[in-house]
Amino acid sequence: MISLFFTFMKIGLFTFGGGYAMLPLIQRETVENKKWISDEDILDIVAIAESTPGPIAINAATFVGYRVGGFLGALAATVGIVLPSFVIITAISFALVKFQDVRWIRFAFNGIRAGVLALIVKALWMMYKQSPKGIIAYLIMLGAFLVTAFLPVNVVFVILTCAAVGIARALIVSRRDKG
Amino acid sequence: MIYLDLFLAFLKIGLFTFGGGYAMLPMIQEEVTAHGWLSQSDLIDFIAVSESTPGPFAMNIATFIGTRTGGVFGSLCATLGVVLPSFVIILIVARCYQKFKTSRLVVGAMNGLKPAVVGLIAAALLSLSQTVFFPTGLSVSVLGTAQFFVSLGIFAVAVVLAFKKLHPILIILLSAAVGVTAGYLLPT
Repeated sequence: MISLFFTFMKIGLFTFGGGYAMLPLIQRETVENKKWISDEDILDIVAIAESTPGPIAINAATFVGYRVGGFLGALAATVGIVLPSFVIITAISFALVKFQDVRWIRFAFNGIRAGVLALIVKALWMMYKQSPKGIIAYLIMLGAFLVTAFLPVNVVFVILTCAAVGIARALIVSRRDKG
Repeated sequence: MIYLDLFLAFLKIGLFTFGGGYAMLPMIQEEVTAHGWLSQSDLIDFIAVSESTPGPFAMNIATFIGTRTGGVFGSLCATLGVVLPSFVIILIVARCYQKFKTSRLVVGAMNGLKPAVVGLIAAALLSLSQTVFFPTGLSVSVLGTAQFFVSLGIFAVAVVLAFKKLHPILIILLSAAVGVTAGYLLPT
Protein backbone atom coordinates (compact mmCIF):
# COMPACT_ATOMS: atom_id res chain seq x y z
CA MET A 1 0.00 0.00 0.00
CA ILE A 2 2.76 2.40 0.99
CA SER A 3 4.73 1.24 -2.02
CA LEU A 4 1.73 2.03 -4.29
CA PHE A 5 1.51 5.50 -2.79
CA PHE A 6 5.18 6.33 -3.29
CA THR A 7 5.39 4.81 -6.77
CA PHE A 8 2.49 6.92 -8.02
CA MET A 9 3.79 9.98 -6.21
CA LYS A 10 7.01 9.56 -8.16
CA ILE A 11 5.02 9.26 -11.41
CA GLY A 12 3.04 12.39 -10.52
CA LEU A 13 6.18 14.30 -9.70
CA PHE A 14 8.21 13.49 -12.79
CA THR A 15 5.78 13.76 -15.66
CA PHE A 16 5.16 17.06 -17.31
CA GLY A 17 2.06 17.56 -19.42
CA GLY A 18 0.12 14.69 -17.86
CA GLY A 19 -2.02 12.09 -19.62
CA TYR A 20 -0.17 10.33 -22.39
CA ALA A 21 3.17 11.62 -21.15
CA MET A 22 2.56 9.59 -17.97
CA LEU A 23 1.79 6.25 -19.60
CA PRO A 24 5.40 5.26 -20.44
CA LEU A 25 6.44 6.03 -16.86
CA ILE A 26 3.48 4.09 -15.42
CA GLN A 27 4.46 1.17 -17.65
CA ARG A 28 8.10 1.23 -16.55
CA GLU A 29 7.30 1.53 -12.84
CA THR A 30 4.39 -0.90 -12.52
CA VAL A 31 5.32 -3.52 -15.14
CA GLU A 32 9.11 -3.55 -15.30
CA ASN A 33 10.16 -2.42 -11.82
CA LYS A 34 7.41 -3.62 -9.48
CA LYS A 35 5.90 -6.35 -11.70
CA TRP A 36 2.43 -5.56 -10.30
CA ILE A 37 0.75 -5.98 -13.68
CA SER A 38 1.58 -7.29 -17.16
CA ASP A 39 2.16 -5.53 -20.47
CA GLU A 40 -1.28 -6.60 -21.71
CA ASP A 41 -2.83 -5.07 -18.59
CA ILE A 42 -1.25 -1.75 -19.60
CA LEU A 43 -3.00 -1.86 -22.97
CA ASP A 44 -6.32 -2.59 -21.24
CA ILE A 45 -5.70 0.25 -18.81
CA VAL A 46 -5.03 2.71 -21.63
CA ALA A 47 -8.20 1.64 -23.43
CA ILE A 48 -10.28 1.95 -20.27
CA ALA A 49 -8.71 5.24 -19.15
CA GLU A 50 -9.59 6.67 -22.57
CA SER A 51 -13.18 5.50 -22.58
CA THR A 52 -14.07 6.64 -19.07
CA PRO A 53 -14.41 10.30 -18.11
CA GLY A 54 -11.70 12.22 -16.30
CA PRO A 55 -7.95 12.73 -16.63
CA ILE A 56 -6.13 9.70 -18.09
CA ALA A 57 -3.46 9.74 -15.39
CA ILE A 58 -6.02 9.59 -12.55
CA ASN A 59 -7.95 6.82 -14.29
CA ALA A 60 -4.81 4.77 -14.83
CA ALA A 61 -3.61 5.26 -11.24
CA THR A 62 -6.98 4.25 -9.76
CA PHE A 63 -7.16 1.20 -12.02
CA VAL A 64 -3.65 -0.10 -11.26
CA GLY A 65 -4.14 0.62 -7.55
CA TYR A 66 -7.38 -1.37 -7.53
CA ARG A 67 -5.86 -4.33 -9.40
CA VAL A 68 -2.93 -4.47 -6.97
CA GLY A 69 -4.54 -3.62 -3.63
CA GLY A 70 -8.33 -3.32 -3.92
CA PHE A 71 -10.13 -0.22 -2.72
CA LEU A 72 -7.34 0.95 -0.39
CA GLY A 73 -4.80 0.36 -3.13
CA ALA A 74 -6.83 2.53 -5.51
CA LEU A 75 -7.03 5.24 -2.86
CA ALA A 76 -3.28 5.12 -2.16
CA ALA A 77 -2.35 5.29 -5.85
CA THR A 78 -4.79 8.12 -6.62
CA VAL A 79 -3.73 10.27 -3.66
CA GLY A 80 -0.10 9.56 -4.59
CA ILE A 81 -0.47 10.75 -8.18
CA VAL A 82 -2.50 13.83 -7.21
CA LEU A 83 -0.35 15.04 -4.31
CA PRO A 84 2.73 16.43 -6.14
CA SER A 85 0.80 18.65 -8.55
CA PHE A 86 -1.53 19.73 -5.74
CA VAL A 87 1.35 20.94 -3.58
CA ILE A 88 3.33 22.50 -6.45
CA ILE A 89 0.40 24.36 -8.00
CA THR A 90 -0.85 25.64 -4.64
CA ALA A 91 2.60 27.11 -4.05
CA ILE A 92 2.80 28.56 -7.57
CA SER A 93 -0.67 30.10 -7.39
CA PHE A 94 0.44 32.45 -4.64
CA ALA A 95 3.61 33.37 -6.55
CA LEU A 96 1.87 33.89 -9.93
CA VAL A 97 -0.33 36.69 -8.66
CA LYS A 98 2.74 38.52 -7.35
CA PHE A 99 4.69 38.23 -10.59
CA GLN A 100 1.89 39.14 -12.97
CA ASP A 101 2.65 42.85 -12.91
CA VAL A 102 6.38 42.58 -13.51
CA ARG A 103 7.09 44.11 -16.92
CA TRP A 104 9.31 41.44 -18.49
CA ILE A 105 7.05 38.65 -17.27
CA ARG A 106 4.13 40.37 -18.98
CA PHE A 107 6.16 40.47 -22.19
CA ALA A 108 7.12 36.82 -21.75
CA PHE A 109 3.47 35.79 -21.47
CA ASN A 110 2.63 37.81 -24.60
CA GLY A 111 5.01 35.50 -26.44
CA ILE A 112 3.98 32.36 -24.58
CA ARG A 113 0.31 32.77 -25.49
CA ALA A 114 1.10 32.42 -29.19
CA GLY A 115 3.27 29.37 -28.42
CA VAL A 116 0.47 27.74 -26.41
CA LEU A 117 -1.89 28.07 -29.40
CA ALA A 118 0.61 26.02 -31.38
CA LEU A 119 0.53 23.31 -28.71
CA ILE A 120 -3.27 23.20 -28.99
CA VAL A 121 -3.01 22.91 -32.79
CA LYS A 122 -0.74 19.90 -32.27
CA ALA A 123 -3.20 18.38 -29.76
CA LEU A 124 -6.02 18.92 -32.24
CA TRP A 125 -4.07 17.04 -34.91
CA MET A 126 -3.32 14.13 -32.51
CA MET A 127 -7.02 13.87 -31.59
CA TYR A 128 -7.97 13.94 -35.27
CA LYS A 129 -5.56 11.08 -36.00
CA GLN A 130 -7.06 8.97 -33.19
CA SER A 131 -10.63 9.67 -34.19
CA PRO A 132 -12.57 7.31 -36.46
CA LYS A 133 -12.90 8.61 -40.01
CA GLY A 134 -15.90 8.42 -42.32
CA ILE A 135 -18.86 10.52 -43.26
CA ILE A 136 -20.63 10.29 -39.87
CA ALA A 137 -17.45 11.08 -37.93
CA TYR A 138 -16.78 14.12 -40.11
CA LEU A 139 -20.35 15.31 -39.65
CA ILE A 140 -20.01 14.98 -35.86
CA MET A 141 -16.71 16.93 -35.93
CA LEU A 142 -18.19 19.71 -38.04
CA GLY A 143 -21.45 19.80 -36.08
CA ALA A 144 -19.70 19.90 -32.68
CA PHE A 145 -17.40 22.66 -33.93
CA LEU A 146 -20.11 24.86 -35.44
CA VAL A 147 -22.52 24.46 -32.54
CA THR A 148 -19.96 25.27 -29.80
CA ALA A 149 -18.16 28.00 -31.75
CA PHE A 150 -21.17 29.98 -32.90
CA LEU A 151 -24.16 29.07 -30.71
CA PRO A 152 -24.58 29.47 -26.95
CA VAL A 153 -24.80 25.72 -26.44
CA ASN A 154 -23.54 23.83 -23.41
CA VAL A 155 -20.49 21.57 -23.95
CA VAL A 156 -22.11 18.83 -21.83
CA PHE A 157 -25.09 18.82 -24.20
CA VAL A 158 -22.81 18.44 -27.24
CA ILE A 159 -20.89 15.59 -25.58
CA LEU A 160 -24.06 13.70 -24.59
CA THR A 161 -25.61 14.16 -28.04
CA CYS A 162 -22.52 12.89 -29.84
CA ALA A 163 -22.25 9.88 -27.51
CA ALA A 164 -25.93 9.13 -28.20
CA VAL A 165 -25.34 9.34 -31.97
CA GLY A 166 -22.43 6.90 -31.61
CA ILE A 167 -24.53 4.46 -29.56
CA ALA A 168 -27.51 4.73 -31.93
CA ARG A 169 -25.26 4.01 -34.88
CA ALA A 170 -23.71 0.98 -33.13
CA LEU A 171 -27.19 -0.41 -32.37
CA ILE A 172 -28.37 0.09 -35.97
CA VAL A 173 -25.26 -1.57 -37.37
CA SER A 174 -25.56 -4.56 -35.03
CA ARG A 175 -29.26 -5.02 -35.86
CA ARG A 176 -28.44 -4.92 -39.56
CA ASP A 177 -25.73 -7.55 -39.05
CA LYS A 178 -28.17 -9.86 -37.26
CA GLY A 179 -31.02 -9.37 -39.72
CA MET B 1 -21.08 29.19 -1.54
CA ILE B 2 -17.71 29.29 -3.29
CA TYR B 3 -16.52 25.90 -2.00
CA LEU B 4 -19.63 24.13 -3.24
CA ASP B 5 -19.45 26.00 -6.56
CA LEU B 6 -15.83 24.93 -7.01
CA PHE B 7 -16.59 21.34 -6.11
CA LEU B 8 -19.61 21.07 -8.42
CA ALA B 9 -17.99 22.85 -11.39
CA PHE B 10 -14.98 20.55 -11.29
CA LEU B 11 -17.14 17.49 -10.63
CA LYS B 12 -18.89 18.32 -13.90
CA ILE B 13 -15.55 18.70 -15.67
CA GLY B 14 -14.35 15.36 -14.28
CA LEU B 15 -17.58 13.62 -15.24
CA PHE B 16 -18.10 14.87 -18.78
CA THR B 17 -14.64 15.02 -20.30
CA PHE B 18 -13.23 12.09 -22.21
CA GLY B 19 -9.69 11.64 -23.45
CA GLY B 20 -7.79 13.70 -20.86
CA GLY B 21 -5.32 16.50 -21.49
CA TYR B 22 -6.40 19.03 -24.10
CA ALA B 23 -9.61 17.10 -24.73
CA MET B 24 -10.73 18.56 -21.40
CA LEU B 25 -9.97 22.12 -22.48
CA PRO B 26 -13.35 23.06 -24.05
CA MET B 27 -15.24 22.01 -20.93
CA ILE B 28 -12.75 23.74 -18.60
CA GLN B 29 -12.88 26.88 -20.74
CA GLU B 30 -16.67 26.96 -20.54
CA GLU B 31 -16.82 26.45 -16.77
CA VAL B 32 -14.06 28.82 -15.69
CA THR B 33 -15.07 31.70 -17.94
CA ALA B 34 -18.78 31.29 -17.15
CA HIS B 35 -18.03 31.56 -13.42
CA GLY B 36 -15.69 34.49 -14.05
CA TRP B 37 -12.81 32.65 -12.36
CA LEU B 38 -10.34 33.28 -15.18
CA SER B 39 -10.24 35.44 -18.29
CA GLN B 40 -9.41 33.85 -21.66
CA SER B 41 -5.86 35.21 -21.57
CA ASP B 42 -5.35 34.04 -17.96
CA LEU B 43 -6.49 30.60 -19.11
CA ILE B 44 -3.89 30.52 -21.90
CA ASP B 45 -1.19 31.67 -19.46
CA PHE B 46 -2.15 28.88 -17.13
CA ILE B 47 -1.94 26.27 -19.88
CA ALA B 48 1.71 27.32 -20.23
CA VAL B 49 2.25 27.05 -16.46
CA SER B 50 0.59 23.62 -16.43
CA GLU B 51 2.77 22.36 -19.30
CA SER B 52 5.84 23.44 -17.35
CA THR B 53 4.86 21.85 -14.03
CA PRO B 54 4.30 18.17 -13.24
CA GLY B 55 0.86 16.60 -13.24
CA PRO B 56 -2.23 16.42 -15.46
CA PHE B 57 -3.68 19.67 -16.84
CA ALA B 58 -7.16 19.17 -15.36
CA MET B 59 -5.71 18.57 -11.90
CA ASN B 60 -3.39 21.56 -12.14
CA ILE B 61 -6.08 23.97 -13.22
CA ALA B 62 -8.48 22.69 -10.55
CA THR B 63 -5.86 23.34 -7.88
CA PHE B 64 -4.96 26.74 -9.35
CA ILE B 65 -8.50 28.08 -9.61
CA GLY B 66 -9.39 26.60 -6.24
CA THR B 67 -6.47 28.39 -4.59
CA ARG B 68 -7.16 31.71 -6.30
CA THR B 69 -10.84 31.79 -5.45
CA GLY B 70 -11.01 29.92 -2.15
CA GLY B 71 -7.51 29.48 -0.73
CA VAL B 72 -6.11 26.10 0.20
CA PHE B 73 -9.52 24.71 1.19
CA GLY B 74 -10.91 25.90 -2.15
CA SER B 75 -8.18 24.07 -4.04
CA LEU B 76 -8.95 20.95 -2.02
CA CYS B 77 -12.65 21.16 -3.01
CA ALA B 78 -11.87 21.72 -6.71
CA THR B 79 -9.30 18.93 -6.85
CA LEU B 80 -11.59 16.49 -5.05
CA GLY B 81 -14.33 17.40 -7.53
CA VAL B 82 -12.24 16.68 -10.60
CA VAL B 83 -10.83 13.41 -9.22
CA LEU B 84 -13.96 11.90 -7.68
CA PRO B 85 -15.85 10.88 -10.87
CA SER B 86 -12.75 9.13 -12.26
CA PHE B 87 -12.15 7.35 -8.99
CA VAL B 88 -15.69 6.06 -8.56
CA ILE B 89 -16.20 5.11 -12.22
CA ILE B 90 -12.89 3.26 -12.46
CA LEU B 91 -13.66 1.32 -9.26
CA ILE B 92 -16.91 0.15 -10.87
CA VAL B 93 -15.38 -0.58 -14.27
CA ALA B 94 -12.37 -2.38 -12.78
CA ARG B 95 -14.69 -5.16 -11.57
CA CYS B 96 -16.05 -5.96 -15.01
CA TYR B 97 -13.53 -4.49 -17.40
CA GLN B 98 -13.39 -7.40 -19.84
CA LYS B 99 -17.10 -6.93 -20.50
CA PHE B 100 -16.73 -3.14 -20.52
CA LYS B 101 -13.92 -3.21 -23.06
CA THR B 102 -15.87 -5.17 -25.66
CA SER B 103 -19.31 -3.69 -24.94
CA ARG B 104 -20.92 -2.52 -28.14
CA LEU B 105 -22.44 0.46 -26.32
CA VAL B 106 -19.11 1.67 -24.97
CA VAL B 107 -17.37 1.27 -28.33
CA GLY B 108 -20.30 3.03 -30.03
CA ALA B 109 -20.27 5.91 -27.57
CA MET B 110 -16.52 6.33 -28.03
CA ASN B 111 -16.96 6.40 -31.81
CA GLY B 112 -19.30 9.34 -31.32
CA LEU B 113 -17.16 11.04 -28.63
CA LYS B 114 -13.79 10.99 -30.37
CA PRO B 115 -14.85 13.09 -33.37
CA ALA B 116 -16.89 15.31 -31.02
CA VAL B 117 -13.72 16.09 -29.05
CA VAL B 118 -11.98 17.11 -32.31
CA GLY B 119 -14.78 19.58 -33.06
CA LEU B 120 -14.82 20.90 -29.47
CA ILE B 121 -11.06 21.50 -29.37
CA ALA B 122 -11.27 23.26 -32.74
CA ALA B 123 -13.93 25.59 -31.30
CA ALA B 124 -11.80 26.24 -28.18
CA LEU B 125 -8.80 26.95 -30.41
CA LEU B 126 -10.80 29.45 -32.44
CA SER B 127 -11.93 31.44 -29.41
CA LEU B 128 -8.49 31.35 -27.75
CA SER B 129 -6.89 32.52 -31.04
CA GLN B 130 -9.17 35.54 -31.00
CA THR B 131 -7.90 36.40 -27.51
CA VAL B 132 -4.26 36.07 -28.57
CA PHE B 133 -4.34 37.79 -31.96
CA PHE B 134 -7.13 40.30 -31.32
CA PRO B 135 -6.84 41.14 -27.60
CA THR B 136 -8.81 44.35 -28.01
CA GLY B 137 -11.62 42.76 -30.01
CA LEU B 138 -12.02 41.79 -33.66
CA SER B 139 -10.97 44.75 -35.77
CA VAL B 140 -8.85 45.48 -38.83
CA SER B 141 -6.74 48.07 -36.99
CA VAL B 142 -5.04 45.28 -34.99
CA LEU B 143 -3.66 43.82 -38.23
CA GLY B 144 -1.17 46.70 -38.55
CA THR B 145 0.30 46.44 -35.04
CA ALA B 146 3.74 45.03 -34.33
CA GLN B 147 2.34 42.84 -31.54
CA PHE B 148 0.08 41.10 -34.04
CA PHE B 149 2.99 40.19 -36.32
CA VAL B 150 5.14 39.05 -33.40
CA SER B 151 2.34 36.75 -32.18
CA LEU B 152 1.74 35.44 -35.69
CA GLY B 153 5.46 34.79 -36.18
CA ILE B 154 5.81 32.95 -32.84
CA PHE B 155 2.69 30.92 -33.60
CA ALA B 156 3.89 29.87 -37.07
CA VAL B 157 7.35 28.83 -35.87
CA ALA B 158 5.91 27.09 -32.79
CA VAL B 159 3.50 25.03 -34.91
CA VAL B 160 6.42 23.78 -37.03
CA LEU B 161 8.49 23.01 -33.91
CA ALA B 162 5.55 21.24 -32.21
CA PHE B 163 5.11 18.96 -35.22
CA LYS B 164 8.86 18.32 -35.22
CA LYS B 165 8.21 16.92 -31.72
CA LEU B 166 10.16 19.58 -29.84
CA HIS B 167 9.28 19.31 -26.14
CA PRO B 168 6.39 21.63 -25.10
CA ILE B 169 8.49 23.20 -22.33
CA LEU B 170 11.15 24.22 -24.88
CA ILE B 171 8.46 25.72 -27.12
CA ILE B 172 7.14 27.74 -24.17
CA LEU B 173 10.64 28.93 -23.22
CA LEU B 174 11.42 29.98 -26.80
CA SER B 175 8.10 31.84 -27.11
CA ALA B 176 8.82 33.58 -23.80
CA ALA B 177 12.27 34.66 -24.98
CA VAL B 178 10.89 36.10 -28.22
CA GLY B 179 8.09 37.80 -26.28
CA VAL B 180 10.52 39.49 -23.88
CA THR B 181 12.83 40.59 -26.70
CA ALA B 182 9.95 41.97 -28.75
CA GLY B 183 8.49 43.70 -25.69
CA TYR B 184 11.65 45.73 -25.08
CA LEU B 185 12.54 46.40 -28.73
CA LEU B 186 9.18 47.37 -30.13
CA PRO B 187 7.35 50.62 -29.46
CA THR B 188 4.13 50.07 -27.52
